[in-house]
Amino acid sequence: MIRSHVLICGGTGCTSGGSQAIGEKLQREIDRLGLTDEIKIVRTGCFGLCANGPVMIVYPEGTFYSHVKVEDVTDIAEEHLLKGRVVERLVYKEAEGLKLEDVPALGETNFYKTQLRVALRNCGVIDPENIEEYIAMDGYQALGKVLTEMTPQEVIDVMKKSGLRGRGGAGFPTGTKWQFAAANTADQKYVVCNADEGDPGAFMDRSVLEGDPHAVLEAMAIAGYAIGASKGYIYVRAEYPIAVHRLEVAIGQAREYGLLGEDIFGTGFNFDIDVRLGAGAFVCGEETALLTSIEGNRGEPRNKPPFPANKGLFAKPTIINNVETLANIPQIILKGADWFASMGTEDSRGTKVFALGGAINNTGLVEIPLGTTLRHIIYDIGGGIPNGRKFKAVQTGGPSGGCIPASLLDTPIDYGNLTRIGAMMGSGGMIVTDDSTCMVDFARFFLDFTVDESCGKCTPCRIGTRRLLELLNKITEGNGTLEDLDKLEELCKYIKANSLCALGQTAPNPVLSTLKYFRDEYEAHVVEKRCPAGVCKNLMRYYIQPDVCRGCTACARKCPVGAISGKVKEPHVIDTTKCIKCGACIETCKFNAIVKK
Amino acid sequence: MKSLEELAKIRERMQNKVVLREGQANIRVAVGMATCGIAAGARPVLNTLVEEVAKRNLNDKVTVTQTGCIGMCRFEPIVEVFEGDKERVTYIKVTPEKAKEIVEKHLVGGNPIAEYTIGAAEN
Ligand SMILES: Cc1cc2nc3c(=O)[nH]c(=O)nc-3n(C[C@H](O)[C@H](O)[C@H](O)COP(=O)(O)O)c2cc1C
Ligand code: SF4
Ligand code: SF4
Ligand code: FES
Ligand code: FES
Repeated sequence: MIRSHVLICGGTGCTSGGSQAIGEKLQREIDRLGLTDEIKIVRTGCFGLCANGPVMIVYPEGTFYSHVKVEDVTDIAEEHLLKGRVVERLVYKEAEGLKLEDVPALGETNFYKTQLRVALRNCGVIDPENIEEYIAMDGYQALGKVLTEMTPQEVIDVMKKSGLRGRGGAGFPTGTKWQFAAANTADQKYVVCNADEGDPGAFMDRSVLEGDPHAVLEAMAIAGYAIGASKGYIYVRAEYPIAVHRLEVAIGQAREYGLLGEDIFGTGFNFDIDVRLGAGAFVCGEETALLTSIEGNRGEPRNKPPFPANKGLFAKPTIINNVETLANIPQIILKGADWFASMGTEDSRGTKVFALGGAINNTGLVEIPLGTTLRHIIYDIGGGIPNGRKFKAVQTGGPSGGCIPASLLDTPIDYGNLTRIGAMMGSGGMIVTDDSTCMVDFARFFLDFTVDESCGKCTPCRIGTRRLLELLNKITEGNGTLEDLDKLEELCKYIKANSLCALGQTAPNPVLSTLKYFRDEYEAHVVEKRCPAGVCKNLMRYYIQPDVCRGCTACARKCPVGAISGKVKEPHVIDTTKCIKCGACIETCKFNAIVKK
Repeated sequence: MKSLEELAKIRERMQNKVVLREGQANIRVAVGMATCGIAAGARPVLNTLVEEVAKRNLNDKVTVTQTGCIGMCRFEPIVEVFEGDKERVTYIKVTPEKAKEIVEKHLVGGNPIAEYTIGAAEN
């Protein structure tokens, strides 16, 4: 009789940290100790605390182990599983030093206690490759309910009333989108799940697919019933092999259990889903490009209207929804629109998943009610900025979004507020930067990305983003002028107004927002030819601190261009007009007298 | 899947299994499983408790866990029952038979079995 479950994270982060081998060894140890019939290992999706991976949790005690290595497995098996003694050195640091009785449940740690898991509710809780575990968590109940108790219009009404807005970026009300598609009559309609997730640093959707794939399948079937579609596609990038595998396993099991296919629950409703792999172009996440790609053509956007709800895949009415949007839906059906609408703000209901990354202690996945402040996410849940550095800005919305400075950290996060301050919700990437980041260089990083990813179909985006990048390069290389800053701004506005798709329309956001909040840094680059963060190589100056220099002359002898002068035993100086920034002097000085600034 | 009843059946069968992961229930039964406990026969006691609790569908109310050395090795196997704010009950020299009785009378019936507790031994 099984008395204990050991949940090992099988998310991408922990898998690359070796969680597969850890699981295999643990099973061997369990067998060796004769505990095979008492302890069960479950491989789950991401727990969220990826920075502490590989992680595992032992139930029923709920002991959470972090940074587990293969060498630790024997201790866990012999001490904890056999003898009931927590292996203290592996316990997640927030609970360090506590006795087994006192270890707080995972839900009580700072990282988890104010999170609210709706889209992620099963991630790190169930085995995503076992449909019965999903069913145990009320899985497919919502599909059963809509098919047996609700009309399609009632389903759409619930969606509208819940206030759910699309989590893929644009924040369009889901119920309204479904209504448009339902209103069309056609011999075939489609439900498409957007699992492209091309935003650098984002892994919300990947984690849902890896941890709870059936929630997405169930929601697609519900959507199919609501709009009158019998066929669904999931467009997922091939770079997500674990997610693709789990989706395929899940679809196979759902078919086997008759939860996909014909005459589901004996109601005459048919629905089936196929996976389509994308090659990983950012633009293919744009809905019209995505549909074009599924049709087998080159993934380029097209004009809207016509909107996909009227003329989408194969010219049929189609709804396209994001993975996280879908993951919310079964629970909205089961718990009701009012339950969902009770979370979040007037403008934005429910919760949102964010992928925390960059200069933050707890890089990982968090889900919070909308309306939570950035400060709370970064300092309380995220554990603040590492290495004693200072917070500088946070970028939301990836390359389409903008940066938010410290003065706006108390902004409650919702769609409206983020747009108002020049950032955007985007899909939920959240990249934190500290004072060692140069904001001009930061904007340049995103532009570099969009220049690469522009599909080239329209001129404002193809040429405009390239010109933007060139201007930014000019500034970071120390050749910029004040007029260049005005040119930047003007070009940004032009690109926003004239690009065909939202890739181009949003590409200038990182530039505009850094210009807005960190204009002084741009000015330091162009006027003083100085990079305040000390990042832009061309603007770095080598400097000898006179109070530290002993006058040993070693650097002067080493400098290949003779830029250093000074008398023996007196402080030396570097002639910055001659200096070629080779760094030879810094390496030579035994007294660390030379700095870059 | 031809009907909702089929789904409900799977759900019921599986819920008993995943309930383990909801963390500690209101009543927690801890079995001392350090070396001394295991040597004294704590393992069959633990297994009996797990089985009896599952058999009676008590999984959402009772969590059976193990704990390390309780520090009273001569009384092993020791089973402690924690319930809300109530004072803990410590059973000593527990056997699988006593364990069954504890489940039936204490966990289901709500009446601790005084004669098996440490209090009885000390008096
Ligand atoms: C360049 C670009 C990339 C996008 N990438 C994604 C993506 O990876 N995933 C996604 O769900 N939506 C993405 N979108 C948004 C989609 O076009 C679309 O709005 C969304 O899938 C609709 O689903 P939702 O209403 O559920 O959010 C992207 C948009 C643009 C312009
Ligand atoms: S805006 Fe950029 S990505 Fe979009 S169609 Fe134009 S060139 Fe392509
Ligand atoms: S090597 Fe260092 S200490 Fe010596 S002269 Fe140069 S800066 Fe001064
Ligand atoms: S991948 Fe393991 S916690 Fe995120
Ligand atoms: S290329 Fe110039 S307007 Fe189209």
